[in-house]
Amino acid sequence: MAAVKTLLYLVVYPGLLFLFVYSTFCEWFDRKVYARLQNRMGPTHTGRGGILQPIADFFKLMAKEDIVPDRADKKLFKALPVVGLAVVLTAALLLPLWHYQPGASTFNSFQGDLIILLYLLSLPTLILFLAGWASTNAFSIIGGTRVLTMLFGYEVPLFLAVLSPAMLAGSWRLVEIAAFYQHRPYLLLVNLLGFAVALVCVQAKLERTPFDIPHAETEIVGGTFTEYSGKKLALFRLMTDVEMVVSAGLLSAVFLGGFGGGLILGFIQFVLKTLFVIFLLSLMRALTSRLRVDQVVAMAWKYLAPLAVLQLLIVILVKGLVL
Amino acid sequence: MKFQIPIGPQHPALKEPISLRMTVEGEVIKDADLRLGYNHRGVEKLAESKSWIQNIYLTERICGICSHSHATCFVQGAEKLLEIEAPRRGVYLRYLVSELERVHSHLLWLGVAGHEAGFDSFFMYTWRDREVVMDILEMISGNRVHYAINTLGGVRRDLDEAQKAKILDGLKILKARSEYYLKIGAGEPTFVGRLAGVGMLSRQQAMDLCTVGPVARASGIARDVRKDDPHAFYDEVEFDVATADTCDVLGRAVVRIKELFESYKIIEFVIRNLPDGPIAVKAPRRAKPGEVVSRYEAPRGENIHYIKSNGSDKPERLKVRAPTLANYAATIEMLRHGFIADIPLIFAAIDPCICCAERTAELVDARTGEERIVRFADLRRLAASRQAHSNKRNVAWPL
Repeated sequence: MAAVKTLLYLVVYPGLLFLFVYSTFCEWFDRKVYARLQNRMGPTHTGRGGILQPIADFFKLMAKEDIVPDRADKKLFKALPVVGLAVVLTAALLLPLWHYQPGASTFNSFQGDLIILLYLLSLPTLILFLAGWASTNAFSIIGGTRVLTMLFGYEVPLFLAVLSPAMLAGSWRLVEIAAFYQHRPYLLLVNLLGFAVALVCVQAKLERTPFDIPHAETEIVGGTFTEYSGKKLALFRLMTDVEMVVSAGLLSAVFLGGFGGGLILGFIQFVLKTLFVIFLLSLMRALTSRLRVDQVVAMAWKYLAPLAVLQLLIVILVKGLVL
Repeated sequence: MKFQIPIGPQHPALKEPISLRMTVEGEVIKDADLRLGYNHRGVEKLAESKSWIQNIYLTERICGICSHSHATCFVQGAEKLLEIEAPRRGVYLRYLVSELERVHSHLLWLGVAGHEAGFDSFFMYTWRDREVVMDILEMISGNRVHYAINTLGGVRRDLDEAQKAKILDGLKILKARSEYYLKIGAGEPTFVGRLAGVGMLSRQQAMDLCTVGPVARASGIARDVRKDDPHAFYDEVEFDVATADTCDVLGRAVVRIKELFESYKIIEFVIRNLPDGPIAVKAPRRAKPGEVVSRYEAPRGENIHYIKSNGSDKPERLKVRAPTLANYAATIEMLRHGFIADIPLIFAAIDPCICCAERTAELVDARTGEERIVRFADLRRLAASRQAHSNKRNVAWPL
């Protein structure tokens, strides 16, 4: 029975199948919100309100010609999209979706899973850098170096911001953090500053405007993805979508009180909370213009990092004085 | 690490073919080179085989955005050679379309600038509001792009009272929206952060490199043909030459938005003071022998047509100097020591209309650097042969 449950967990919910469907839905939601904010229609054709458009895009890309450049590091070039997708799917398994009640440790919920999840979310960035480097195209290499340069900016503030609520909750296990805030929802207000910092960092991690610098179309063509086409590009795009869902899930688990209340209620909470986070990300995408890479690093260290430290200080004070 | 990156001849930031080759060190541009000649169209040669009236429609097709500028510039010169003068009402209508075209061109540019800076929302909004002026132009002339309103000795279509009212209604919307864009363009932090201090061109450099239009005006040079050499009604109407002294891309954006307001003023003046009378006079078929230089302030800067007549019904020579060509030299200077991220913005800030400025094509052998004159048939044979394409990768392009 346990084996069946695990298999179900891996393949159906919240594993492969659910993540594929839900991440394409989130892409549709993001595109639709972004389009409506720009006075456009967004996808309308495939499915009701264009809801199936990302899936159609995915299958269309899968069927396209797949070119590997002569001079590319072929093995690395081919392996990276698969590894990238595998990494973010693994990260998704750690979200407290099934194990919403704190209990004994299991393979997907244990003390310190928050750190593992953050680590798994950092890996796609490195994979994108390697993808750019392995393509040996001038634009890809510039894109790859920009990916790494940005990483130095946003990674530390993101870690600080996400870890401060965990410190308040006194646990580095996602389920316990979520349960802690479900019991004391008013404490979520303490972490608002950290939530804002983490949102900006996640936007940078997902490489969306104003941080779409590594694949800035008008500057360096496709950036890291310049040489990718067909199946490999489709997998990379799916990777980005799943990464968006996992990041939104992480933020809602840590800052918005998790997904308690059983399977059905928990699922509804998951959808609402992640969509709320994605809505905020779309809003940021529509309202800003692309920054320069030096501006991003400067902003991260001048504003985001001090704010994250301030959040840490607030948490320490609240923990010492109030609780 | 120093390496070259090719921007163009095909690149997402370029809507037309041109080649900018950048020598970069990390993200910083060390040297820039610019190559033209990817879209030779033979307009000038073609003009010599067309009659005066046919040439209006040919010159109109030099550019798809400032189409009226080229047609008007040609007509101004041709009318002098034909020794006719357009009636007042015709002149007013002709330059009404000019100003409306300036509005549409500047709104288009604002959108492009937004897109190049990665601010797609700004792009979508400006292009939506550009539809207002496009509709007005369509109402006046019947066309959205190539208005074909000019004719020798006047214009081809008249304006009635209902149309005047519609133009004024449209202007109200445009004014409100332009104020909003001035607020965004000069206020939204991420956008200003990308534009301010980028592509610096000092007043002296702008003067030395003979820049024209908004590029010169953003460096503090109040150069405008409408003020310096007033033709038609430009000496009667009150308007200012919009300038900025920031000398960067932000200044060029602000100058263009300010020019929108000046154009609205001129349009209102034309609508309120439109004289009565005929809109055109009949033009003779042949021109007197002679030559003329016609100047016109296009949205992108000063447009110059040189026309020579030998007394026949066709011009003997037509030379077009599109404003973009005058700004290329300054572009190289602006690009130097900038960031890779600023290339599209700096280049877009001159509002390049590449195909308008293309006059000749030069054939250079990539391996030997030898220049040749080749017949078209030979060129086709060369392109078809595999030999020409093999081992292309290792060919260096000397700067």
